[in-house]
Amino acid sequence: MNNTKFAWFRSPRFRYAWLLHKRALRVSGILLVMCAVLMVASIAIGSQYVPPATVVKAVFGQADPMNQVIVEKLRMPRAIVAVLVGASLAAAGAVLQGIIRNPLTSPDVVGVTEGASFGAVLFVYVFTNQVSIHWMPLASILGAFAVTGLLYVLAWKKGVSPLRLVLIGIGISAAIKSLSYMLIVSGPLQLADRSLTFMTGSIYGVSWERDVATLLPWIAVLLPFTWLQARKVNIQVLGDDIAVSAGARVQRDRLLLLLLSVSLAGSAVAIGGAISFIGLMAPHMARRLTGPSFGSLLPVSALLGAIILLAADLMARTVFFPRDIPAGVFTAAIGAPFFMYLLYRKRNGT
Amino acid sequence: MKPFGLVASIVALVAAIAASIAFGVTNIPLSVVWDSLAHFNGGNEHLVIRTTRVPRALIAASAGACLAVAGAVMQVITRNPIAAPSTLGVNAGAVFFIILATGWLNVSGLQALTWVALIGAAASGAFVFFLGSIGRDGMTPVKITLAGASMAAFFYSLTQGLMLSDGKMFDQVLVWLVGSVAGRDLSQLAAVWPYMGCGMLIALLLAGPLNVLAMGDEIARSLGQNTNLVRTLAAAAVILLAGGSVAVAGPIAFIGIIIPHIVRFLVGNDHRWILPYCAVLGALLLVAADLGSRFIAMPREVPVGVTTAILGVPFFVYLARKELRT
Repeated sequence: MNNTKFAWFRSPRFRYAWLLHKRALRVSGILLVMCAVLMVASIAIGSQYVPPATVVKAVFGQADPMNQVIVEKLRMPRAIVAVLVGASLAAAGAVLQGIIRNPLTSPDVVGVTEGASFGAVLFVYVFTNQVSIHWMPLASILGAFAVTGLLYVLAWKKGVSPLRLVLIGIGISAAIKSLSYMLIVSGPLQLADRSLTFMTGSIYGVSWERDVATLLPWIAVLLPFTWLQARKVNIQVLGDDIAVSAGARVQRDRLLLLLLSVSLAGSAVAIGGAISFIGLMAPHMARRLTGPSFGSLLPVSALLGAIILLAADLMARTVFFPRDIPAGVFTAAIGAPFFMYLLYRKRNGT
Repeated sequence: MKPFGLVASIVALVAAIAASIAFGVTNIPLSVVWDSLAHFNGGNEHLVIRTTRVPRALIAASAGACLAVAGAVMQVITRNPIAAPSTLGVNAGAVFFIILATGWLNVSGLQALTWVALIGAAASGAFVFFLGSIGRDGMTPVKITLAGASMAAFFYSLTQGLMLSDGKMFDQVLVWLVGSVAGRDLSQLAAVWPYMGCGMLIALLLAGPLNVLAMGDEIARSLGQNTNLVRTLAAAAVILLAGGSVAVAGPIAFIGIIIPHIVRFLVGNDHRWILPYCAVLGALLLVAADLGSRFIAMPREVPVGVTTAILGVPFFVYLARKELRT
């Protein structure tokens, strides 16, 4: 590895250096532009077409009242939520794949998503018509944390090993899924309908006050904080023995990273539902674009996640127009061919 | 010890199959069960046994056995402890082809759809296999895992999209989307039996080479093994086994992951023992889960996947905590 390939950002005060690959800078730049273009496109296209120039004007509050309302009240929150949810799911997957060291890991596999779904289903089952539906995100976050707590306790035996974590996670997520299913079957019909939408994952009908305002502060704190932990993830990836001998506090770091991952995935699922594929595949795409160092992996994964969800949501709104299909249906339809192309292009290694 | 355990498991499996034939919404004494097989008289109970109970028990046993063996093989060729038969995209491919056939080509009838499912499973598996083995270094565990996972996600998402675009299709194919062993015909099982049998035979013959491959590609190659050939044959076995079982019972998850781990805990790392044990215990778990699914919410039935999780998870978590060999 050659030092000139890296851009070093070092703070003289805090002892942090983000080991950011120069190629990662370039890739993130391109992805950032793509993300912005897609956001504008996603705001522009819909039942009422708004020209992109007007969209940009409306963002700064300079458009005519009609378009201003469409952009500001209806489409902008949706695009922002798509970016936030996609980015945090991808980041959660990247962290999880780092600590568990298994390419098949994602927030769905270890039960975080199932826990959040169960929280939401249970909430609808118990509190229908009694408590405002606005509390549902809270219920699903609690579900995600409860399941992770259970997972951590069950996997603990003089420390948690990645293998125990993922195997017990699979078991728990299968059990929780069965529980959700039993609830759905024994509950009223409207419950089934609402739960199924939640389990596919959709971001329609989001609003500034409820969704953007709850999600944005969380993600704005969590994502940069996760990025600062890059060094810890990089060391975890090497395996327990090397990590310990390099002086890392493996168990403490692992718990911290697990909590970060759950917070990211849980809040994303609480707002967007159980959107699949992004948490699993966005980190792999990023790895193929920039290499495995977490400092560059995280921002690129997050951007890719945002782009996939934006594109999936745009497709879900327009392809079967006027029907509005849950975006979770299309994440893989958009992401998988791209990933297969990457597999093909990088078939001889990087 | 190991042969004895295998015989004991087989006895347990036979007992479970007998129980599965005898117990249900109507309980039928075992003597009547025997009569219906030996001297069929066309009576009500005999009819229930011959057309419903026996096919159901046999399908559960075959599907369970196939899925567990396919899971054990998958975990070796991907060198990933959480790989399952569905990781190769076989289930998602089968379901997608079924949706396509019922919705657009107006194919109907369980018999025809069994073939469609088999073709879908094979096509999807073959494509994953191709995608996983291109490139200079041949088929590597990571490549095949990722190719399979993305293919599975892709087909799954297309399936959902197709279903949402056409509401009434959903009802017709629902029976395929949740794995189930009920309401199937013995002729369906007969149609896929040759494939399942071939897959099982290939897998069992590969037990020795799989032991070598499990030590890692470099060691296997330095011992003179043609790793690409072994992986290819093993993947073919998985496609046959998992394709056959998804064609007759739909996508049943979880058995393919947990049974191999349980078996490895019981008999160690020798695949000449692991694979037969997997076959017997996988069959046992699915037959038992199917039996259980009739009693949890009597007279309604819960999907067999739910019961599998209820029966399997506590034991699995206990084992994972105790000591898991991989």
